[in-house]
Amino acid sequence: SSWWSHVEMGPPDPILGVTEAFKRDTNSKKMNLGVGAYRDDNGKPYVLNCVRKAEAMIASKKMDKEYLPIGGLADFTRASAELALGENSEAFKSGRYVTVQGISGTGSLRIGANFLQRFFKSSRDVYLPKPSWGNHTPIFRDAGLQLQAYRYYDPKTCSLDFSGAMDDISKIPEKSIIVLHACAHNPTGVDPRQEQWKELAAMVKKRNLLVYFDMAYQGFASGDINRDAWAVRYFIEQGINVILSQSYAKNMGLYGERAGAFTVICSDAEEAKRVESQLKILIRPMYSNPPLNGARIASIILNTPDLRKEWLVEVKGMADRIISMRTQLVSNLKKEGSSHNWQHITDQIGMFCFTGLKPEQVERLIKEFSIYMTKDGRISVAGVTSGNVGYLAHAIHQVTK
Amino acid sequence: YLPILGLPEFRANASRIALGDNSPAIKENRIGSVQSLGGTGALRIGAEFLRRWYNGNNNTATPVYISAPSWENHNSVFVDAGFKDIRTYRYWDAAKRGLDLQGLLDDMEKAPEFSIFILHACAHNPTGTDPTPDQWKQIAAVMKRRFLFPFFDSAYQGFASGSLDKDAWAVRYFVSEGFELFCAQSFSKNFGLYNERVGNLTVVGKDADNVQRVLSQMEKIVRTTWSNPPSQGARIVATTLSSPQLFAEWKDNVKTMADRVLLMRSELRSRLESLGTPGTWNHITEQIGMFSFTGLNPKQVEYMIKEKHIYLMASGRINMCGLTTKNLDYVAKSIHEAVTKIQ
Repeated sequence: SSWWSHVEMGPPDPILGVTEAFKRDTNSKKMNLGVGAYRDDNGKPYVLNCVRKAEAMIASKKMDKEYLPIGGLADFTRASAELALGENSEAFKSGRYVTVQGISGTGSLRIGANFLQRFFKSSRDVYLPKPSWGNHTPIFRDAGLQLQAYRYYDPKTCSLDFSGAMDDISKIPEKSIIVLHACAHNPTGVDPRQEQWKELAAMVKKRNLLVYFDMAYQGFASGDINRDAWAVRYFIEQGINVILSQSYAKNMGLYGERAGAFTVICSDAEEAKRVESQLKILIRPMYSNPPLNGARIASIILNTPDLRKEWLVEVKGMADRIISMRTQLVSNLKKEGSSHNWQHITDQIGMFCFTGLKPEQVERLIKEFSIYMTKDGRISVAGVTSGNVGYLAHAIHQVTK
Repeated sequence: YLPILGLPEFRANASRIALGDNSPAIKENRIGSVQSLGGTGALRIGAEFLRRWYNGNNNTATPVYISAPSWENHNSVFVDAGFKDIRTYRYWDAAKRGLDLQGLLDDMEKAPEFSIFILHACAHNPTGTDPTPDQWKQIAAVMKRRFLFPFFDSAYQGFASGSLDKDAWAVRYFVSEGFELFCAQSFSKNFGLYNERVGNLTVVGKDADNVQRVLSQMEKIVRTTWSNPPSQGARIVATTLSSPQLFAEWKDNVKTMADRVLLMRSELRSRLESLGTPGTWNHITEQIGMFSFTGLNPKQVEYMIKEKHIYLMASGRINMCGLTTKNLDYVAKSIHEAVTKIQ
């Protein structure tokens, strides 16, 4: 007999399941709107030109493959902090922060979650927006924390339930942990406006909450890296010492290279050193030290003026294409004769859009039109092209008229 | 993105390297692989899985046995994975500078049934002292009788003796004896891919169905740890292992590295013996792999560091790779000084 007879089959990943079903489909018009990866207007993965240039620079230098320090590539972590905080940030200039390299967004989130479990003794409760990225819950749970929620998305309006959010947050016990999506909320695409961020900041400050920002789309949301980081920077300016997870999977297209960073804003540089030492102690028994390649590419791009300029143009290009697809989808729906209000499609931002479609309608889209998305009606706008946006609008109209 | 469990061509090839082309477990389709962030990542995924699913559900009380001494990070990996009862099993006999086989077997006899044992597949870190095949057979017999779980750490396959097959002998023997086991593999040293973080957790089970369920649960663990692994290093290894020419070239490269280490060992030993350095130095050539437990005590180590600017671990462990034809004389003379001046 086996040690593993009692091991249950794990449930299939809901998002991956969508891609698997898509792959099996033989319909030539099929569309994969489940995938959380950017595609160009031909539906192909897009490797940024600045990334190719950085790769060529790396190859030509024929560097060795010696281990990185546990906390990662210093040029990368410093540039990452500067990107998030802004070069004029007092927190950045004073050095009262620590940034460690993480395994893209997930790895960075997990380092933070483990750090909170070990050192944040005030609370075990992590408050997530309702809904949030599906992987947030198991990450925090596996780290040993408990999950709670605050209202966020209003399905009636397909937009932010701001009064609901403020109401719930006002009741969160002091010194709890609250997760905020810095920009391009996943899965809804619904972000607070700047005035709303200001009120949120005042509320979390009043409730003395520990703020954990997840920033996976800086630059990718609005096309402007400063605009997308506005909320993070505002909170810090208000004296809220946030912790932050960054990913370069989308904004630099570095998906499989696993480039990310975890940052803790501290009281001073000395505290930052102590926090850093503990982060290293957490990282070492997880994977010893991080992979170099993605961090090196990101570092070269961020630290080489010409490449940085080129990157800003390319990331804006990706954001603009997505915004354009949103616009075209709405205008095509109007052309189809749909009488529904589809404004939320252009109001929402980032890779994902909460269409408002119901599970039965999603089911029909999959079965009758070979258009694949998750059951919650979330589509990846990145999977839409000028070639298939008409088909998508037609199909949506068919299932909603 | 790669799939959560990693690049398929990498996973299959990596496990094949450990288990052998003719492995009964591969033929019977009862193996699984998880691409991991180096050997450390593979150990951690395995440890997390064992804590959740081995010997009951979430049984944090299952004893985990680690050799005395071992790589320090072994302890941290299993502690952070949630195990509460981490113990040591006797391994290094300081007096005779070799394996304490009786102590080891004795500790296994006395270990509670179902305990987990971390075994170094070859080139034991830090002692460089491995059981002989005959000793491995004795170890396997006790483990089978007492229902102990073998978790192999294989960080030096090929790098130890120069032969992939020789360095995998212990793992393959356990498989042939019908064990279910884990083997954490690292390609950091034998491929020199240190900072690419290329590792693999090989799972050997009773049958395909069990392995499938195990992997489905490991996938959940991976998803909350790093989501999916880095692609670059895995592609390099997969390409190399699946191309006959590159595979042959790689085996040759590995042998070259292993041979240089073996040369440094014999050169260091012969110098110490020529100098008449007190003590016996045959352990330097009898030990295997990257490290050597010199036998220097902490005071002598301090002398080496402070007076001779030669840096080594307080345990007396040296990395043989740090030796070159240019510094052999200096190191040998320094060891001689340390041993004769400091007691």
